[in-house]
Amino acid sequence: GCFVFKPSPKKRRVSQKTAIHFREGKNDSEDSELRFDTCQSLWNQIKLETEQIQEDLNKQLLDNLVSFLRRSHSEFQGKTTEWTCRMKSREIPTAALVLGVNVTDHDLTFRNLSEALQNNITPYIALLEAKDCPGIKNLMQKLMGQLMNCSTDVVSLEDEDYVQVSQNRTRCSMKSLVDWYDSVTKKTDSETLSKKRTSSSKHQQSPPVVVIFKDMESFTTKVLQDFIVIGSQHIRELPLVLIFGIATSPMIIHSLLPHSVSSLLCIELFQSLSCKEHLSTIIDKLLLTSRFPFKLGEKVLQVLINIFLYHDFSVWNFIKGFQLCIVEHFYSEPLSVLCCQLADAKKRVNSLSHDQCENIRRLPSFRRYVERQEAEKQIALLTADSFLKETTQKLLEDLHVYHENYVSVLRCLHVFACSLPKYPLGKQIRELHCACLENRVWETEEYESSLQLARMLNKSDLETMLQQCVEILVSSSGNKFDKAVEKLKEFLTQFQKLEEAFQEQDVSVSSQKELQKKTDLYHLQKTLLELKDSRRSKKLTKFEMLRFEVVDYIDSLVRSYLVPADHKTLHEIVYFNTASVLRGHLNAAPRIALHTALNNPYSYLKNQALKSDGGSISNKAPDICIVYKLHLECGRLINLVDWLEAFSTVVTAVEGANADAASSDQVDDIIHARFIRAVSELELLGFIKPSKQKTDHVARLTWGGC
Amino acid sequence: ALEVKFVSDEEVLKHIADDTGMKLRKGKAQPSVSVKRFVKKLENISGDEAQEILEEKDYVAALGICAQDPIGNGSSVSGGEVYSFKTPKHSSRLAELASELAQTPGQSVAPDHSKCPNKTAKAPQSSRNYMFLLLMHLFSLLLQNKKKEFVSTTPYRLRKRLTAPDPYLESESEYSASCSEEEDEEDEKGDNTVLSGQKTPAKMKAASTLPPGNTPAKKNKENKMSNLVEEYFEAHSSSKVLTSDRTLQKLRRRRLSQQTLHDLLKKAPLAYAAEIKELNQLHESLYSKWMLQLHLGFNIVLYGLGSKRDLLEKFRTSLLQDSVHLVVNGYFPSITVRSILNSITEEVLDHIGTFRSPLDQLDFIIERFKEDSSLELYVLIHNLDSQMLRGERSQQILAQLSSLPSIYLIASVDHINAPLMWDQAKLSLYNWLWYETTTFSPYVEETSYENSLLVQRSGSLALSSLTHVLRSLTLNARGIFRLLAQYQLENKDNPSYPGLSFQDFYQQCREAFLVNSDLTLRAQLTEFRDHKLIRTKRGADGVEYLLIPVDDSTLTDFLEKEDEDV
Repeated sequence: GCFVFKPSPKKRRVSQKTAIHFREGKNDSEDSELRFDTCQSLWNQIKLETEQIQEDLNKQLLDNLVSFLRRSHSEFQGKTTEWTCRMKSREIPTAALVLGVNVTDHDLTFRNLSEALQNNITPYIALLEAKDCPGIKNLMQKLMGQLMNCSTDVVSLEDEDYVQVSQNRTRCSMKSLVDWYDSVTKKTDSETLSKKRTSSSKHQQSPPVVVIFKDMESFTTKVLQDFIVIGSQHIRELPLVLIFGIATSPMIIHSLLPHSVSSLLCIELFQSLSCKEHLSTIIDKLLLTSRFPFKLGEKVLQVLINIFLYHDFSVWNFIKGFQLCIVEHFYSEPLSVLCCQLADAKKRVNSLSHDQCENIRRLPSFRRYVERQEAEKQIALLTADSFLKETTQKLLEDLHVYHENYVSVLRCLHVFACSLPKYPLGKQIRELHCACLENRVWETEEYESSLQLARMLNKSDLETMLQQCVEILVSSSGNKFDKAVEKLKEFLTQFQKLEEAFQEQDVSVSSQKELQKKTDLYHLQKTLLELKDSRRSKKLTKFEMLRFEVVDYIDSLVRSYLVPADHKTLHEIVYFNTASVLRGHLNAAPRIALHTALNNPYSYLKNQALKSDGGSISNKAPDICIVYKLHLECGRLINLVDWLEAFSTVVTAVEGANADAASSDQVDDIIHARFIRAVSELELLGFIKPSKQKTDHVARLTWGGC
Repeated sequence: ALEVKFVSDEEVLKHIADDTGMKLRKGKAQPSVSVKRFVKKLENISGDEAQEILEEKDYVAALGICAQDPIGNGSSVSGGEVYSFKTPKHSSRLAELASELAQTPGQSVAPDHSKCPNKTAKAPQSSRNYMFLLLMHLFSLLLQNKKKEFVSTTPYRLRKRLTAPDPYLESESEYSASCSEEEDEEDEKGDNTVLSGQKTPAKMKAASTLPPGNTPAKKNKENKMSNLVEEYFEAHSSSKVLTSDRTLQKLRRRRLSQQTLHDLLKKAPLAYAAEIKELNQLHESLYSKWMLQLHLGFNIVLYGLGSKRDLLEKFRTSLLQDSVHLVVNGYFPSITVRSILNSITEEVLDHIGTFRSPLDQLDFIIERFKEDSSLELYVLIHNLDSQMLRGERSQQILAQLSSLPSIYLIASVDHINAPLMWDQAKLSLYNWLWYETTTFSPYVEETSYENSLLVQRSGSLALSSLTHVLRSLTLNARGIFRLLAQYQLENKDNPSYPGLSFQDFYQQCREAFLVNSDLTLRAQLTEFRDHKLIRTKRGADGVEYLLIPVDDSTLTDFLEKEDEDV
């Protein structure tokens, strides 16, 4: 079943550059090379950035782990013979690393971890995965293989013959491991003593041997137990440290291992950052920034986030989806050549060809823009390329400024939105971002209600928020916010003043009350009524007035800066919006496709004969559709004879007009053959399987529509 | 923002009771609405159902499945429709539907008006009902345990529901074909099934003998809905299945051989060739995009109805001529991961030598590909989901292979449950990009290997192996086998023939002077068994029965041939 095809050696080294395929798809534009380069460089930049983020996020965790490992075998070095120490030394120091359910992301964490350990603690690290270790023997084999290889990395420079020794892994027992460890440590000891090399002194005298179980849950308990028991026997000769990668909860250790085994472990718990926070950081650093010219449209972002939240919690997959978006955008949009840093983009605009200019004119957003201009300008835009280029440059700059401002104002709004009760605009900034991208956020009900809530904030909250907003705006790269910052600062000082004024007012009110004390019942009633009235139409206090002003000001900021992106001219250049493509590729529904093809072939085969309304199918549909439709009417078992008869009834009715009675026998055979084909196709698709319960019956494997 | 709060049992019961009340009322209101619906062919959903569908749409939109597909409106089908439960059918539905389909040439099927609107309206409800029913079950159990406490608080409706015999369980007896008429009469009101009764072709016996019924009583539909879960388990628990007893042997036609089937199908013209070609062209325009994405580290998987073999083959011939590539026919019945790995190590990497385990081999391949960055390999797998490759270990190995940056994998899947093969870890290794490529082309190659039920197995292979083995045996051994074969042929009309018991066989062999002790016979039989010539099976009484696992015609051929030889 396998066939290897090799090209003739002459042809073989034809450079298969990816760029070629990029160009082949769209033979329209001469910019494809440039576009591809832009795409690649952008992606590399983003990849670096995400890795950096990941590293930063894990830093704390790694530091903790490293210090734990340093501590873990301090006794071992000291060679203390105290009684307590000996008791304790039966226990293997263990780090339980709770990493969350997104198992696929853990690889990167582990890679960082082993790197960090390699640099700081020990060269002896083994990474074990459950799928490699079905038995204790395989585990030991794998373990020794990795340990001895990594030791050769250190030593191999000095003597080559050592490599041979380590390669020869005939006996994989703890004994040989201990022997190996002894020889290795002795060697390094003598080396450090004799040569006094500073480079090797970064490791401790006898570095611990770290064994990392990447996916602790999937290991068979037997293997784990055995390994732990054996390891604890040799703990005094071999400073073993275990690290468990745990996806669920630390309780799993105790449910996997019996008490007798888990008591041999000295477990310390480490918690990594949750994947949701990780995603927030990624979105914050990749999307809510003007550093990267490429942007995601609302629908696309929604799809990616939904896949993350509903399917896998995998940040890595999110980034993969992001990569796909970039590729798709640059592949399908010829104008994406302008999707780069502003300075470059301006240069590139100048060298655009006529075709590309036409492409710009065809953009819907640009056409809307043209319609808003005066007649002369319209003509100029539509006919003169040079004028168009000039305008495009201007528009691109506008877009860039818009992005810069957008991010800052969005953050400010988020400061307010995330402190309101019940979070009408969403707790996360990504929700707010989506809402703003979708349509004018100030027209939504949620915005209305959150403004209302904001008008009821207390003073101290309001002050801290304003303070935060000022910080955000000051630190923003857009320099248009000087006025806004000033205004907000003014608000802050007014609040301060208010405090002083308020105290005075307080005094006056109380004095007023004092006066009223001597009135009789009638007067009291009257004053109370008046008071009630006045409260209704009460003049707002100064604080309330100020609060209204602040909220109104924020509202005005939102209205002027958080315009949805698709209202902006030329947004098509930087925004990727075809969510359906993305979803089709990442979150496909094969069963639905099959269901549609079988139930409604017209949606694929555009033939009028197949057209039908509402769920039914025409009897001229392909054989497999008819057979499928017939089988839907059956229960758990299907009689083949009945099925065949029903099928031939349908088919002969269709062909009845042109089939002669004379050749009916042959026709019957053909129908029979067609039926056989259709049935075996259904079997291949997994709808039925042969059944031995009754002769000539097949069993249905689906229940219901598909 | 999930809220959890404590709710007392009484409250829960009350809640459910209210719900049932509403359901029942809804059920009552239904018939009149539905009749009107069919007469007027109005919008096929009544008010509250429309609401539910809308809600579902919201949900689907939230999951992001709602937008239109570029090719067809394929993806707009909601999950509810695909996975819905369905009421079990009359045993005669098959024939009916056939006649319905048959008597309306050229256009959509008329009686489907009665069925389809219902079906679409039904779909979203079902899942909800299902949940609801589970709850009901739980509570009925609870009630049985704590009846004393609860009787006073149980609202009337719920009690009634729990004690009264299910109306639907009675109507379930529709299977016995006798009482279904009654229902049918009631239903014929607004339906055009009367037409179908008149037009049914006389030729179709099955249809004409049956009443021109239509779907099981609509009136009961709402009630039935609520019993879907019971139905499911009922249909799947009892081993008794009500289908007709007709068999293919009674049919005039014989089983076709693979060859004649092939010839016959060649004669039959492929329907909608032009449209299929158009579809294929659409997919072919994506080739260069596939290449681009493969090079960027994604792997591609194709799904959709129809054989994707030609599509991949064309991709291979048009784009991969200048590069090393491996084609794997997953549908081939004896393919294994081992053979895939072997062909990579032996033919691509030119490595001579064997490996202890596939994992070692995989490690070797990974190592080699990492060392030599100029090494590139395209792997095309037809039917990644085939019987032989769908196993967990095979998929793991293939996934690890595909995760190598210089191995480009492009594969096709067909089985409806194919995505279940992969867990998150494998999916992330595969890094799939899904492409819907519905081609509608027949699965010629893929199904030719399958031992289809209707295709006659030629048996030529079995025959030749029989003669080969027997020729190497002693005369006596041959005689023994002959005896067994003859006895089996004599009993070929007996469907419950268990085989020849060892004692009887020994007796017969002694009489024919073939063996002298039961030990020699046993030694002989062991030899047969080792060559898979016979099968032994222990009967209910503990007696050993012997059987030749070859079909009768082959056995007859074999005996005839033996006779010639002697």
